[in-house]
Amino acid sequence: MNGGESAEEGGAAALSKPAHSAPAREPRPAGLKPLWAVTRARFRMLLRYRGAALGGFITQVFFGLMFVMVYRVLYEGDGAAEGAPMELSQVVTYLWLNQALFAMQPWQPDPEVRQMIRTGSVAYELTRPCSLFWLWVARAIAMRSAPTLLRSVPLVAVAMLFFGMQLPASPEAAVLYVVSLTAALLLSSAITVVLNSSLFWTMSGEGITMLMPAIVMTLSGQNIPLLFYPAWMQPFMAWQPFRGLLDVPSRIYTGSLPPDRALLEIAGQFAWCAVILAIGHWMVHRGTRRLVVQGG
Amino acid sequence: MLHFESHITTSRISIDAVARVAAGLAPFFVRQETFFQEVVVSQIVAERLVKSYDVPERGGGLSGLFSMRTRKVYALKDVSFRIERGELLGYIGPNGAGKSTTVKILSGILVPDSGECRVDGRVPWSDRIAHVARIGVVFGQRTQLWWDLPVIESLDLLRDMYGLSQAEYRPWRDVLIERLDIGSFLQQPVRQLSLGQRMRADLAASLVHRPGLLFLDEPTIGLDAVSKLAVRKFLMELNRDEGLTVILTTHDLDDIETLCRRVMVIGEGRVLSDGSVENLRRQVSDERVLRMDLRDAAAAEAAATNLAGLPVRIVSREGGRVVLRFDPDTIPPTELLRRITERCEVTDLFIEFTPIEEIVAQLYTKHQAASSASVVPAEGAV
Repeated sequence: MNGGESAEEGGAAALSKPAHSAPAREPRPAGLKPLWAVTRARFRMLLRYRGAALGGFITQVFFGLMFVMVYRVLYEGDGAAEGAPMELSQVVTYLWLNQALFAMQPWQPDPEVRQMIRTGSVAYELTRPCSLFWLWVARAIAMRSAPTLLRSVPLVAVAMLFFGMQLPASPEAAVLYVVSLTAALLLSSAITVVLNSSLFWTMSGEGITMLMPAIVMTLSGQNIPLLFYPAWMQPFMAWQPFRGLLDVPSRIYTGSLPPDRALLEIAGQFAWCAVILAIGHWMVHRGTRRLVVQGG
Repeated sequence: MLHFESHITTSRISIDAVARVAAGLAPFFVRQETFFQEVVVSQIVAERLVKSYDVPERGGGLSGLFSMRTRKVYALKDVSFRIERGELLGYIGPNGAGKSTTVKILSGILVPDSGECRVDGRVPWSDRIAHVARIGVVFGQRTQLWWDLPVIESLDLLRDMYGLSQAEYRPWRDVLIERLDIGSFLQQPVRQLSLGQRMRADLAASLVHRPGLLFLDEPTIGLDAVSKLAVRKFLMELNRDEGLTVILTTHDLDDIETLCRRVMVIGEGRVLSDGSVENLRRQVSDERVLRMDLRDAAAAEAAATNLAGLPVRIVSREGGRVVLRFDPDTIPPTELLRRITERCEVTDLFIEFTPIEEIVAQLYTKHQAASSASVVPAEGAV
């Protein structure tokens, strides 16, 4: 996308005329353009690392198979399937969906932002005419969506062809799933921005990077559908925000959440997005206030 | 009830405070006004900038684990200056003197503890987004390019970040590419570039949006001689042809001597000197260095003894070369040359200024001596 080079020539003319005659451009709010640009850049960058995508694909197939096998064994026990909150076919599909979206989960702060804060080049981010918060949201959306797209398409194809993953439960479920998935992406990105901004205080972010996988893995339903947790934990599981990352969309897809309840759950996802974005906004704001760019 | 309370408040204000406030505000408005008038003249006005950092200080042993004490370290103690449009200003000082802090305040990244600052009439940190749209920044040791993307894509990205139209962007981008000679590696990812290439690409990136003001934090650090010359030449042309104001911090005093008409020296958070390079020389020492070559070592030794009566200091003698220093106020150069040629048989001879490195070093020593002298009684008073 280096744009049609053949268009206007005559660049050299610009230097010969004095600066004062150069159009004095009033800065205008750049709007969504920079955000879109960042997203595109991330996609192009990822496409340069196809090897990593292939590696990710193989890992996810392996883990997917493993978990599916575990649940098959569980369901084979005498009478085991009777009290189960989901059917085996639903669980299998749920697990494959979660594997496909592995790269979308907020495991860690944006490594680019982490690098920038460590080296101090975050200073450059502040010299752009954009809100740092929205710039980071855009970066996070790009970072969470690009690799996921690259890995999930082949993974879903393989899982459907060979490993028992099913199509959406109904056309309504398919449509609702797309909406819910969008909410999940936004939610993950919002959490990522919160993680990013915590780096203003901790600098290294190592603690978070160790803590987040445990939280996300348990509370999103990554490997164990949330309905499988004991009854006394269900109210908590239903209300915590991480559920919107995987459990809600995957249950909508499998039909475990009927369409009328799905709408409510999607509203819940967006509500959590709003809350976490607000927290992120506040933290970025506070963080930049106290920011001391390293290397004074 | 509510009404009653508000009534009390109103009456209290009317009796007492209003008069006081009015009296207090009058001079304030006048001050603001003069401040504004000055802003119209200068592109950058910085008044009494102070900036401190809290540096964590851990006590030893177990207690250090629990209590986190911080110490205030002042990067800027009192810095004031004005910079006009189209200036090319060198800003020098030792590490930790506050150079980068100043640049970061001017570019809206840091907020000073106190002091006033206007760039193009704006307060950089409170009006950050409007401000940064008009400035370009290069931090020499860091890149603003996307590490994994080809240079051209980074430039295109910046076009979008600054919201430029193709018509605004493309001709100027081509000028930058040509002037900085980066055309040959535009398609390479930044991580594959040499330092010199990267710096030139970074310069292009900082200028994509045609800023009127460019901050360069050590732009020539680590560059080889050829790249250094290329960067300097480009900056000089840009300043001359586009009227771009350039503020450059550096450790490389050659940068200053070749580029800057004005040089500001900062040390320990204060401006130690501000003016032309000649002015800086005069401020510390106006000594000149004279190097002369004689036939051989013996002739050089003879010359050294012959010069004994003159007001000169012999700095070194090596083989047939003698280096000495003199003050042109005590003995005019022409007079000195006449006397020397009378007494010695010189094969070659040239006079130069004291190297600016030395001047700056002397300035620091002088300043440190002065400040430590002033610290002693102050401590006694405490």
